Amino acid sequence: MSRPVRFNTHPIEAKLSDAISVAEAPDGYAGEGFFTARLSDVVGLARKNSLWPLPFATSCCGIEFMATMGSHYDLARFGSERVGFSPRQCDLLMVMGTISKKMGPVLRQVYLQMAEPRWVLSVGACACSGGIFDTYSVLQGIDQIIPVDVYVPGCPPRPEAILDGFMKIQELVGLESIRRRNSYQYKALMNSYGIE
Amino acid sequence: MALTNEHIQHRLTEKFGDLVSNFSVLYDMLNFEVSTDQNLKVLQFLYDEADLNFQFLTDLCGVNFPDQIGRELAVVYHLHNLQDNVRIRFKVFTSVASPDVYTASKLFSAANWMERETYDFYGINFIGHSNLKRILNVDEMDYFPLRKEYPLEDQTRIDKDDQMFGRG
Repeated sequence: MSRPVRFNTHPIEAKLSDAISVAEAPDGYAGEGFFTARLSDVVGLARKNSLWPLPFATSCCGIEFMATMGSHYDLARFGSERVGFSPRQCDLLMVMGTISKKMGPVLRQVYLQMAEPRWVLSVGACACSGGIFDTYSVLQGIDQIIPVDVYVPGCPPRPEAILDGFMKIQELVGLESIRRRNSYQYKALMNSYGIE
Repeated sequence: MALTNEHIQHRLTEKFGDLVSNFSVLYDMLNFEVSTDQNLKVLQFLYDEADLNFQFLTDLCGVNFPDQIGRELAVVYHLHNLQDNVRIRFKVFTSVASPDVYTASKLFSAANWMERETYDFYGINFIGHSNLKRILNVDEMDYFPLRKEYPLEDQTRIDKDDQMFGRG
């Protein structure tokens, strides 16, 4: 028996504010026809809502990431509609899965190919610490070869956890000073990984 | 007449005498041991003889027996007769002090990468191999990880719970 067709005879009128969220303006001084704010805040606002992630997925965490990208969890809501597959175009390296020692130099190469400013999200126990693979062939955490901004624990983490990690990255990006990448401390951090 | 394990054993002892030994049948598969320097002659004999016809090298791998002094390392050859669908397996033993075995890569091209893998994990030196270097592990690795004298765990970690990773 076929399903009876129903009609919504009392539709709720769609409101634009339900479908679109507008980022809040940074603190500043507004007058008639002008607005002043800190440049770092404005740049941070633009950056954090238009991050281009580069997925580096090697195992099961990558499957969770696929769900995160899919319509149900939808990473696009956070301004990351566009997942890039060229490191030269991307801002955020998302490392998901076991990185073997032989894969280490490859991951490092990908990181070096990204342009500044760049951020790294380490997803899952293996990327963060080697996880259960405490063995001769597996890198014991990607922070041995590249600097990591946010760690997402879990084996594998649920898409919500990946989104939470992503929002933590957004927070960092939004608060970052535009001078940070030129600072002495940042150069020292890079040098400690043998970069530049 | 189908090829039987008894026939294979008979042909081998007839040809090589004491150099092949320790015959046994496990799960209907003939196993034996070959003197270390005779491995290529046995492979060639099994390949050439029309009634034996073992022309497919299915697998080649290593084993470490740390308790057998003087013969700690074994190289295992798995052979398949495709026409009669018969499989056999034989081992050669060598010492950890001088782990030298002649390469089978001139007989079977398939042995090339499998010997590299065996070298990678057990450090067996295949004499005559054209490109004996690591194949799976990083080139900088300075030990042979599947030898039992080395622990399986990564010893560089200090922040993991040792009890959970067999280092307690």
